[in-house]
Amino acid sequence: MNPFQYSKAKSADAAINGYMEHDNTAYLAGGTNLVDRIRRDVTHPDYLIDVSELPFSKIEKIEGGLRLGAMASNSDTADDENVKNDYPIVSEAILLGATDQLRNKATNGGNLMQRTRCSYYMSPHFACNKREPGSGCDAIDGHNRILSVLGTSEKCIASYPSDMCTALAALDAVVQIQTPNGGKRSLPLVDFRRLPGDSPEIDTNLKEGELITSIDLPESSKAFAKASHYLKVRDRHSYAFALVSVAAALVMENNMIKDARMALGSVAAKPWRDQEAEAMFIGKKPSRELFEKIAEKTMEGAKGYGENDFKIELGKRAIVKAFMKVAGLS
Amino acid sequence: MDKIEEKELWPEEKSLMKAEISRRKFITSATLAALGLAMTPYATLAAAPSNKPVNFASFVEINTTINGQNMKMKLDPRTSLLDLLREQLGLTGSKKGCNQGACGACTVHMGKDRINSCLTLAAQIDGKEVTTIEGIGSETEFHPIQVAFMEHDGYQCGYCTPGQIMSAIKVLEEDHAGSDAEIREWMSGNICRCGAYKGIVEAVKSVRDETYDKKLIKRTQQKVS
Ligand SMILES: Cc1cc2nc3c(=O)[nH]c(=O)nc-3n(C[C@H](O)[C@H](O)[C@H](O)COP(=O)(O)OP(=O)(O)OC[C@H]3O[C@@H](n4cnc5c(N)ncnc54)[C@H](O)[C@@H]3O)c2cc1C
Ligand code: SF4
Ligand code: FES
Ligand code: FES
Repeated sequence: MNPFQYSKAKSADAAINGYMEHDNTAYLAGGTNLVDRIRRDVTHPDYLIDVSELPFSKIEKIEGGLRLGAMASNSDTADDENVKNDYPIVSEAILLGATDQLRNKATNGGNLMQRTRCSYYMSPHFACNKREPGSGCDAIDGHNRILSVLGTSEKCIASYPSDMCTALAALDAVVQIQTPNGGKRSLPLVDFRRLPGDSPEIDTNLKEGELITSIDLPESSKAFAKASHYLKVRDRHSYAFALVSVAAALVMENNMIKDARMALGSVAAKPWRDQEAEAMFIGKKPSRELFEKIAEKTMEGAKGYGENDFKIELGKRAIVKAFMKVAGLS
Repeated sequence: MDKIEEKELWPEEKSLMKAEISRRKFITSATLAALGLAMTPYATLAAAPSNKPVNFASFVEINTTINGQNMKMKLDPRTSLLDLLREQLGLTGSKKGCNQGACGACTVHMGKDRINSCLTLAAQIDGKEVTTIEGIGSETEFHPIQVAFMEHDGYQCGYCTPGQIMSAIKVLEEDHAGSDAEIREWMSGNICRCGAYKGIVEAVKSVRDETYDKKLIKRTQQKVS
């Protein structure tokens, strides 16, 4: 394991200043992803700034919605009464991910920032453009069963496996950020993570030194609380990353669909939303045929790379299954 | 150092010998640390405080409570909580299965929660309370879940057992033992290569229903000659 220095930040300003003062620094929250990557020789920070005790660990009501502190644990978030009542798929998605041990340690900010589980990325013996820009991608012609079929590039086909963030993306969550000049900015969660394009080494639109302070859920998304479901398809019943997941949510009025949200997980480098596909729900009566048509449209541009070809059909079936359940038809 | 015949040595004793320290001395220093008397200097190399760890960067100092004992330590920041427990403090009950968060053999309690000690930096337990398998029950009595595991064959080789027990305690405390399915889901962070799952579920249920054999709770003292 490469050597590094460690310090615990007492305030957000101190954390950010510490980050900017040292080269090759990383924030450490729960450590369930970062410590794993350091130990596997995938990443080599010289300096770790522990942000886990910064005062952003509350889940609190704010004007316009609910604020999930970046340092709140995934467990506390899933257990929160407001999350369970008003945004139930967030709770569902978290509890279908990892294990209680991991969720107790994992934070909301860390979950959002977790990197791909691509096995070539996670092993320094292989070529990987994400880990080492320009080295190539051993996954494209390799064992890519868990990797992406949407939004890929010839540089990288990594998938993003966060269950929590798939649900958050469906509900239009917004990421709150503190910047190095003392300012604040926000980014919609759907735009927070990037598709690989020519620079797969850059996962997110977070800039050097920026610190995530919370993820906010808008009041308006409470409308989906009555009819929503998070479907996770995986190799074993528990304690496994998703092969495909669907966050599905509807608002019904007089048996017609008034509003709809759909986000797919583990099929792209970010939680996948397709606004055109979502528009196809509106004003329609829910039916298997409708959901099949929407599933076809969503996976229209999908491209398989061999081992992961099955994800295209699986994705369609998962969409239909999830919405049949939400609409009360299954 | 004590003279030990090479052929009688276990691998761990060999490595301790290499580090020029006898097993007895090692245990003494671990006990000192556990009593909070030692400023344990290097936590990646348990045995040889005079050797600096490889590629060493700097120390981090922590003040923590492990199994009710307050301790102050200086650590290499790379040290995981699991390695601190096993290699430095001689608390070898917590096991290293995968070292990647994927098996649960290293499960301990930190504050009110169970966590994977392999993915926790020891530096992160500063100011916190940690309980390991060695810290449950008492000198004279087992924890009920330990009795239940014995009664229901909740193990075969026993390697995953300390982690299973640390998880089971929380599953019961947090009321996630309502049904077999619920127990299985909330225990799923602990993998058992021997497949003792059936016995584990039965053990958890017997503590939930208080049907475990209370006569077994006393630890019988066995003299080792
Ligand atoms: C065995 C295993 C199984 C898992 N299964 C699942 C699963 O099924 N579903 C799922 O969704 N996830 C799963 N996970 C992933 C888990 O959810 C993540 O590891 C966890 O959420 C990361 O959170 P953390 O706080 O531990 O992050 P850390 O490991 O501390 O950090 C991760 C990254 O985020 C950065 N970071 C952390 N906080 C901030 C902040 N506030 N601002 C800016 N950057 C920050 C760090 O610099 C680092 O790069 C699994 C993990 C393991 C090990
Ligand atoms: S898919 Fe992306 S992460 Fe995986 S090896 Fe290729 S470049 Fe690396
Ligand atoms: S050793 Fe920690 S989870 Fe396997
Ligand atoms: S008893 Fe052998 S691994 Fe569980």
